[in-house]
Amino acid sequence: MSGFQSASRSSEGTLLEVTDLCTHFRTERGLVRAVDGVTFSIERGKALGIVGESGSGKTVLSRAIMGLLPKRGTVQSGSVRFAGQEILGLSARQMRHLWGREMSMIFQDPMSSLNPLMKVGRQITEPLKIHLDMPRDDARQTAERLLKDVRIPEAARRLNQYPHELSGGMRQRVMIAIALACGPTLLFADEPTTALDVTVQAQILDLIGEQRRDRNMSVILVTHDLGVVAGHTDEIAVMYAGRLVEKASTRELFANMKMPYTKSLLRSIPKIDEPSHTRLMTIPGRPPDLVNPPKGCRFAPRCAYARDRCHVEDPPLVAAEQPDHVYACWYPVGSPEFEERDAEILTQSVSIGATVGVET
Amino acid sequence: MAGTGKAHLRDGDLVLRVEDLVMEFPIGRTGLKVNAVSGISLDVIRGETLGLVGESGCGKSTTGRAVMQLPRPTSGSVLFEGQELTAMSGTSMREARTKMQMIFQDPISSLNPRRKVRDIVMEPLTIWKRGSAAERSTRVDAVLEDVGIDPTRAAESQPHQFSGGQCQRISIARSLVLDPTMIICDEPVSALDVSVQAQVLNLLEDLKARYGLTLIFIAHDLAVVKNISDRVAVMYLGKLCEVASSDDLYARPAHPYTKVLLDSIPVPDPEAELHHADVVGEPPSPVLPPSGCRFHPRCPRADEQCSVEEPQLRDLGGAHFVACHHPYEVPVVLTTSAATA
Repeated sequence: MSGFQSASRSSEGTLLEVTDLCTHFRTERGLVRAVDGVTFSIERGKALGIVGESGSGKTVLSRAIMGLLPKRGTVQSGSVRFAGQEILGLSARQMRHLWGREMSMIFQDPMSSLNPLMKVGRQITEPLKIHLDMPRDDARQTAERLLKDVRIPEAARRLNQYPHELSGGMRQRVMIAIALACGPTLLFADEPTTALDVTVQAQILDLIGEQRRDRNMSVILVTHDLGVVAGHTDEIAVMYAGRLVEKASTRELFANMKMPYTKSLLRSIPKIDEPSHTRLMTIPGRPPDLVNPPKGCRFAPRCAYARDRCHVEDPPLVAAEQPDHVYACWYPVGSPEFEERDAEILTQSVSIGATVGVET
Repeated sequence: MAGTGKAHLRDGDLVLRVEDLVMEFPIGRTGLKVNAVSGISLDVIRGETLGLVGESGCGKSTTGRAVMQLPRPTSGSVLFEGQELTAMSGTSMREARTKMQMIFQDPISSLNPRRKVRDIVMEPLTIWKRGSAAERSTRVDAVLEDVGIDPTRAAESQPHQFSGGQCQRISIARSLVLDPTMIICDEPVSALDVSVQAQVLNLLEDLKARYGLTLIFIAHDLAVVKNISDRVAVMYLGKLCEVASSDDLYARPAHPYTKVLLDSIPVPDPEAELHHADVVGEPPSPVLPPSGCRFHPRCPRADEQCSVEEPQLRDLGGAHFVACHHPYEVPVVLTTSAATA
């Protein structure tokens, strides 16, 4: 596996290439198509945001790439190339050479992801000793330096503490220190700030960005919050029902979003600069059951802009005017059909403000 | 941040008036105690939505629960519809709670997993023997329809057969059947996706109008609180920092802590200038809170006075109150109301 080491250390070019990845789970109810034909790539040192509601497949996607899914009951196809080599379907033993050293993950809940019975110091030195064969004293010093890197005060003392002695924000910093310990080239952050307060959230996101620049590391930020990805990514991929439905550079996406789904997600967030009691736009219902996804466009049953064609024909990913901007929609934002319907909706939402949205 | 003052309390048709509320929890036999809420005063006018915001551990949920006497506060007064709740017997308190209800953060675990949803919503009526069986039935169906849940499905299904958003609607229905005056919502949307969160927020606004409710809305998400509240109180480590009308607080934050909270909100716009909040670290422990103003160790504007003297809530004009020795300048625009007052 030394090939990965040398190949993954060059400073430019594509680090990860995912092509037509499908991850299906066999269940009693049938095959759950959690990830259904996803293609994207990420450059070295860049940050990609993967955005979607719960049940969109964003977490399964990141675990499938990391090789963290159970083999039993999982059907995978497609290709995942990391630093030029195929890694989909590698055994856990083979993946172990990549975990920690090449790719690592920060999870949402820092309390349940740390071992409650092990001192913080040992949890950080463990990967250093196992993956990098580092002698004990060196590992200890590296751990202390890592805690300082993630801005934990009194790093030396913290090494001898247990996770329960630390606050939520501190624990998440320890998680980041562990993830960074072996100098990975790709970091997955799966909802890294959802369990944290806003002030701490801002600090953690800044910290991840700073470490990314210092280490020329690629970051995949998985979240449901468009606000979080806006300021902290270069590119954004929007997922819905196991598919990638729109992808563009962060700037282009916010300036020129094409998918009615992306637009509706953004509109449903309460904005701090709107007056209080502003009526929120909603997306009725919830994401579809992935055992029997709807025919045609999977978002069509919830889409206020859907027409007959959307319920029958599945829209392919097509290129927008700007390079590297793709979307899957028959009547995208800006098309006459969309604008006509949107004008109706905007007038309606003002006049029938008192109706109760029924969730089906 | 001391906010032991009461300058912000009002007259008028008050549903709730809380004065000098203190909630302390002893830690074993150490003699130490957690100072969860340290002398808070609040009031809520009929039909108003009061937002309570702050970081976790600031005592916002404890305040909500102390109002419900769950458990009874260490000291202070809670007047609900003119009745002193802290002095009430257990039986009359139970009676009073029919008029004040609570909705919790995790909608799935706050519903009994073994019962049918319709029975869960029906239970408060059965306990209080309201109306005949037929009347109860009609009432439950009407409320379920108001929150957007199909009564037929509710009669056949258990909570796990519904999504998180639907379970929150069911919790809301349960809190509504007894026709309460006030509902305390403790982080009701923070476990939900943005799309569902918007549905529930709109629903709460509609129900508030339809049922003539008064709401206390506790949350850590400032954008959500602004959307639903008329008046917002910012809490830090068991104290009040700032109280103002929702729009005013967000347009002209005076307390450095409020400013920090506002600057930390992620804005869904990549062109927006990233504010790097000039606050460090996390709130200290409420076991041994800092002297003087409790925010002073993290405050960018703190000086010596702040570590010694506890600031009191004072009026900045236009019903905007702040507990700070060095607040940001707030342009007073509502001079007319200040002059008449």
